[in-house]
Amino acid sequence: MSDTNVEFSLKPKDFKGKVDPDWCPGCGDFGVLSGLQRAVAELGFQPHQILTISGIGCSSNFPGFFNSYGMHTLHGRSLPHASGAKLANHEMNVIVTGGDGDGYGIGGNHFTHTSRRNLNILYIVMDNQIYGLTTGQISPTSEVGMKTKSTPFGSIELPVNPIASAITAGATWVARGYTGNMKQLTRLMIEGMQHNGFALLDVFSPCVTFNKVNTYQFFKQRVQPLEDLDHDSSDWKEAIEKAMVWGEVIHTGLFFKTDARLTLEEQEPVLDEGGPLAYRELGLSKEETELIVSRMM
Amino acid sequence: MSQFDYVISIGGAAGQGIATPGNILARLFARQGIHMYAYNAYQSIIRGGHSFLTVRCSEQNVRTHGDVIDLLICLNQDTMDRHLEHMRAGTSVIFNSNTIEPGEPADGVQFCPMDVGELAGKGANKLMQNTVAIAVACQLLGIEFSALEDVINFQFSGKSEELVAENVRVARGAYDHSAATFQPASQQMPTGGEPLAVWRGNEAFAMAAAGAGVKFYCAYPMSPSTGILHWMAANARELDIMVRQVEDEISVICMAIGAAHAGCRSMCATSGGGFALMTEAIGEAGMMEIPVVVVDVQRAGPSTGVPTKTEQGDLWQALGASQGDFPKLILAPSSPLDGFQTIPEVFNLADKYQLPAMILSDLLISDETSTIDPKLLDMHPIIDRGELITEAGDDAGSYERYKFTDSGISPRALPGIPGYEHVVASDEHMPSGVLISDEFTHPHKRRAMLEKRQRKMDGLLAELAPPVIVGAPDAEVTLVGWGSTADVIQESVGQLSAVGVVANHIHFKWMVPFHADEATELLSSCKRTIIVENNYTGLFHRYLRGETGFTVDGHIRKYDGEPFKPHHITAAVQDQLAGGEAISVPYEEIIV
Repeated sequence: MSDTNVEFSLKPKDFKGKVDPDWCPGCGDFGVLSGLQRAVAELGFQPHQILTISGIGCSSNFPGFFNSYGMHTLHGRSLPHASGAKLANHEMNVIVTGGDGDGYGIGGNHFTHTSRRNLNILYIVMDNQIYGLTTGQISPTSEVGMKTKSTPFGSIELPVNPIASAITAGATWVARGYTGNMKQLTRLMIEGMQHNGFALLDVFSPCVTFNKVNTYQFFKQRVQPLEDLDHDSSDWKEAIEKAMVWGEVIHTGLFFKTDARLTLEEQEPVLDEGGPLAYRELGLSKEETELIVSRMM
Repeated sequence: MSQFDYVISIGGAAGQGIATPGNILARLFARQGIHMYAYNAYQSIIRGGHSFLTVRCSEQNVRTHGDVIDLLICLNQDTMDRHLEHMRAGTSVIFNSNTIEPGEPADGVQFCPMDVGELAGKGANKLMQNTVAIAVACQLLGIEFSALEDVINFQFSGKSEELVAENVRVARGAYDHSAATFQPASQQMPTGGEPLAVWRGNEAFAMAAAGAGVKFYCAYPMSPSTGILHWMAANARELDIMVRQVEDEISVICMAIGAAHAGCRSMCATSGGGFALMTEAIGEAGMMEIPVVVVDVQRAGPSTGVPTKTEQGDLWQALGASQGDFPKLILAPSSPLDGFQTIPEVFNLADKYQLPAMILSDLLISDETSTIDPKLLDMHPIIDRGELITEAGDDAGSYERYKFTDSGISPRALPGIPGYEHVVASDEHMPSGVLISDEFTHPHKRRAMLEKRQRKMDGLLAELAPPVIVGAPDAEVTLVGWGSTADVIQESVGQLSAVGVVANHIHFKWMVPFHADEATELLSSCKRTIIVENNYTGLFHRYLRGETGFTVDGHIRKYDGEPFKPHHITAAVQDQLAGGEAISVPYEEIIV
């Protein structure tokens, strides 16, 4: 894998994609995009070192608006694509972007299993508690009672709790951001990328078109950064407790972090030496084939 | 004297360990240069049921389990009760006289009752009856005891010395008792040939992929494809292959595609149910132009179906895999060796044309155990990755992932190279990779990109070998098949010849793209065509007719879960030639 020796730092605008976002004016996703552009610039990354991978949905259009390598995959399937890509080239910085329906609904199974695998991936979920691209139906994070086109009499299903789910599933870094607090959001993105392991960053990213409940006003009155409290993010019990808080107060910030577990890449001897699998020489040696045949005799 | 060709069947319940005597016999024959083909009829059960392993051994390279049983080994009463009726004069039946009541044999069947309790001693392991049976079988076939002893030592290597010694002692006792008591088998096994290797179909496919440079393999366990996962997992660390067991088949195919996009040669395998889950992503690989190899080891369906039985039932599932219209490669290898030799080519074609490749195997060939000449095991195939960009060049900064070209092939840059950043998308896109739905769903751009992708199929078809006629060109009847039925059809052609019917054979491996012109010409040159398929509605015939407009004269179909035996086809052809019905459904005589 070739790399440039030239040391220079890029600006956030250098991570602007080939096209401008087509999100609705006021969409929270603009904040996530600009936050990530700032975060990667601050970390000194270059576009070719990053692979952004998404599923389908408004927020999953993200890779097209971001200058890096990208995969815009199938609805709900961003995490398995990202896992395969990361294992094939573990030197790439893999960032997965998507929405709550994509990640916690149709992709829920992969969310659980990717969390426990602990690959070194940052997963940013733009959580707007609604299906936007399909013009307004409940999502897995919609609150009980929420009225939408598919629930005209109000949702009667309990929402998923992505923070608590990720912690119990084995994610090693779990945080929540809010696009109304860009300073915190950008810092969390940087920390999430620096974390060696699977990092979930759930971001309140309000849908100004279809969600008239969970608005900027709604969050402004409720969000309380954990950094303002005496929260111990190394204590999973305390983290779960904070994750369960939902009502007058909703916490943002880093809920949980542990460095006690090795990543999947670190545990795979196949990756110990020789660089990324994607760039290795193919074919077997004479000794290898002789060994295979001898076992068949 | 005719050549040695002998069939041994071993029946018992799952859990009685019929695999061990099967493996011992396979090694024993292979080491003496005797060809072997084994088919195991079994159920989806860990304990109980009725497993019936048929091992055919021959001086010739036999490729089916044959038509008859020469030696029956009963590990339980059920086997005696079910299969004694299949034994004819000149055959032998070995059984444990402590636990099994003999039935009423046909004239000329030799019973070989063995007092296992006496030979093994009281309280001996129940599996000791397997050792007794194998020792008697070897003695009847005239195999030297030392050859059996070697294989027992090999088979139980890793077990305690006492256990090995005990098995050898019991085998010796049984062997000597047999020599003193029973008539030799109707045929005596020749020895001293060049040793052969033993493999299973799924292992052949896994080895081929390893040789072709597969670096990423993932799967969700599903019979009868799991053997590929097991081989890959066992060899992963030695061969530097990333092997993962994943939460479901959707994740399997998506991981394989992710790894392929990043630059690895990637493969995954499943059976029909798992393949159904993979189909959306197979279309994605078509749209994103990512090479990925998917194996569907067919089993009897639909739904969960009959998990341990064979069928050629998934052709249309592969043809219709995923929504939309996109370039793909679909093939059905005819045997473990054919798969072994073709899979490296499949990887090359998938890479060169940047598309998903689907390999239709089935339980029959994936699960078979057989001998193979080690000289045929070339694991250093040509590796051609096509137009792959792995380092920065002149077009850095101006690279277009889906550039329009005459061939339809756009050079593919791997992630990680400065100046080649791009997004691959499952949405329709422009040469730059930018989605057309993000701008305008421009009909001319859509058409141009779709045509670019489809142009690849022309080049691909030209690289595939067209179908040929095997056998006499002016035959009275032509047997047509696809995939796993090649060898049984070929044996039937030989049987027909022996009764004065001149038959030949056209076999199809490459399903998509399809050599329609060549197939039409070949089929039109035949006097009479009969198509042989392991399914109910003639799935391949319907496809063939669609591609060629050609309708065959007769059909031989089997869909009871058990594979064709040569005589099934031979008898059906004779019946149709004599004016019988144009659709024959052979009766399966072995009930398991």
